[in-house]
Amino acid sequence: MSQQYPALLVIVPLLSALVISAAVWINKRLCFPIAVAALGVAAYSSIGLLLRVLDEGVIVYKLGGWDPPMGIAYYVDHLNGLVLVVVSIVALLNLIASKKSIELELADKTAPFYALYVLQVTGLLGIVVTGDAFNLYVLLEITALSGYAMLAMGKDRAQLSTLNYLYMGTIGACFYLLGVGYLYIVTGSLNMVDIARILPDLYQSKAVIGAFIICLVGVWVKMAFFPLHAWLPNAYTHGPSAASSLIAPLVTKVMIYVMIRLILTVFTPEFAFNILAISEPIVWLACLAIVMGAILALAERNLKKMLTYVIVAEVGYMVGGAWLGNRAGMTGAILHIMNDALMTLCAFLVVSNIAYKLKGYAFDDLKGLVRKMPFTMGAFVIAALSIIGVPPTCGFFSKWYLISGAIQAGQYAFMVALLFSSLVNVVLFFRVIEIAYYEPFSDHHGHDHHPEPMDEAPLSMLVPLFIVAAGLVVVGLYTGDIVNHIIEFAIPKAIM
Amino acid sequence: MGDLIQIVVAKYNYWIYITLMMIGLYAMIAKNNLVKKIVGMNIFQTAIILFYVSTGAKRGATIPILEHGHGAASHVFHAVDYINPLPHVLMLTAIVVSVATLGVALALAIKIYNRHNTLEEDEILAQIREK
Repeated sequence: MSQQYPALLVIVPLLSALVISAAVWINKRLCFPIAVAALGVAAYSSIGLLLRVLDEGVIVYKLGGWDPPMGIAYYVDHLNGLVLVVVSIVALLNLIASKKSIELELADKTAPFYALYVLQVTGLLGIVVTGDAFNLYVLLEITALSGYAMLAMGKDRAQLSTLNYLYMGTIGACFYLLGVGYLYIVTGSLNMVDIARILPDLYQSKAVIGAFIICLVGVWVKMAFFPLHAWLPNAYTHGPSAASSLIAPLVTKVMIYVMIRLILTVFTPEFAFNILAISEPIVWLACLAIVMGAILALAERNLKKMLTYVIVAEVGYMVGGAWLGNRAGMTGAILHIMNDALMTLCAFLVVSNIAYKLKGYAFDDLKGLVRKMPFTMGAFVIAALSIIGVPPTCGFFSKWYLISGAIQAGQYAFMVALLFSSLVNVVLFFRVIEIAYYEPFSDHHGHDHHPEPMDEAPLSMLVPLFIVAAGLVVVGLYTGDIVNHIIEFAIPKAIM
Repeated sequence: MGDLIQIVVAKYNYWIYITLMMIGLYAMIAKNNLVKKIVGMNIFQTAIILFYVSTGAKRGATIPILEHGHGAASHVFHAVDYINPLPHVLMLTAIVVSVATLGVALALAIKIYNRHNTLEEDEILAQIREK
């Protein structure tokens, strides 16, 4: 059984999407348990895989028994073992937490939503586990299409902002496909390991350099790296809460993983950092992304939209960290994939709890919220501390690695940008906390200051939120183990 | 000048796909009508499909189907005589993806039209600003 984990990871959610679509004809209430079971199997397999990788090293799984490079192979190593666990657990927790909010916001569309939800997770897990460049493109589009459909279920402007996301997402995926096409012309192979074996003799070829740059730009569009970020804030803000809190933590992070996979496996670090000599401008771009993300977030008066700009800044952290070209920076970037997924999930779950009770998340709606929803706001404070980077929450440790990487590489601008963004985050989050804790509750009717009775979100939303908030601290405390036992092996020896 | 023409003619498939891609990109950026943008997006995707298909082609080669399929093991294959089928097969998948994307995009356009009664982007944005 454990031999088949890599296949189960993708096939179980994929088939369950079909089963959910069929189950709705029998009984609508069957859909949620099927989705939970499917994601549970995926989470179980991914944890099993990570444990096996820790024991045995890289696992190669040949789909249908066809040998690579002819057949499609799934490769699981320390890097994607970790990302798989993060993706499957975040998706599962968010699904359980979002049940009530899905029923409230999407009353008659719950069944299609669950089907799309597991389909999206299928795509994300597939992207992470696959070892085939073209297979990755197909899964990229599965993720994107199910994401468009989920985000477009939102109210008001959701369809228009999703259409803009669709244009940009398609351009991004097409660029990636084009880059893969050039790689195929040059190497005659689509298998990542095979491409990596053939490429070293061709590193001077203009087609290879072009392929790398085109793939990179495509992935950047998909991850909303700063000048290409314009689609993200509106699409994520207007989508339904459950969709945003799945897509915001995972999609950008998985795209960062794809970028790191391109740098580390398909092309070698030697090629990316030494032969191309583009790491310096990219780190500068990352600085710009961090600073602009912070400033744009500062201008927002809406909690959810503010968080989307925080994501834009966080993408800058990870791109910059990966392109510093040293071990500390890469460690920081990989660690931040995990930490940022958890932090963003925590923050977006808080937003979905608020949306469940208040029907709005502009700053004016949050006045005196702590008396109404003390537990939700407590979790928000932990998420805020982690995004700011206060020890012992996990956000501190990845930022620590990123900053020490910046110092080692002599990229002081990146260090300054990181510190600047931390300071802006302090302002951003303490402004929200101040409104929620110290301003009197307003019910839009008058100036009466009667104490608001407590009216928390239901327990099924609170418990997953607490698990994530506790996870932020626990992951922070175990950072040393995660780095020494997993991430250390994920980075090739060539990176010092 | 002669050199330039030679470069263009020798690699004409690349020039065609780049031109198509830029037409699509131009439509996506510059057009105001949502459906025109979506058509531009489809041209963009088609350009890349044509690029892949053209890379599989070979002069003087035939389609990769074995005549006398029975007992094929006894025949000698000359891979040179056949065009490369792999990019074409890949593009079957890419065509499916592009059709699906087009479908989702048009469905969104219908939703937007029902809400705003127009498909011109500036008018929609003006309506949103008024609210």
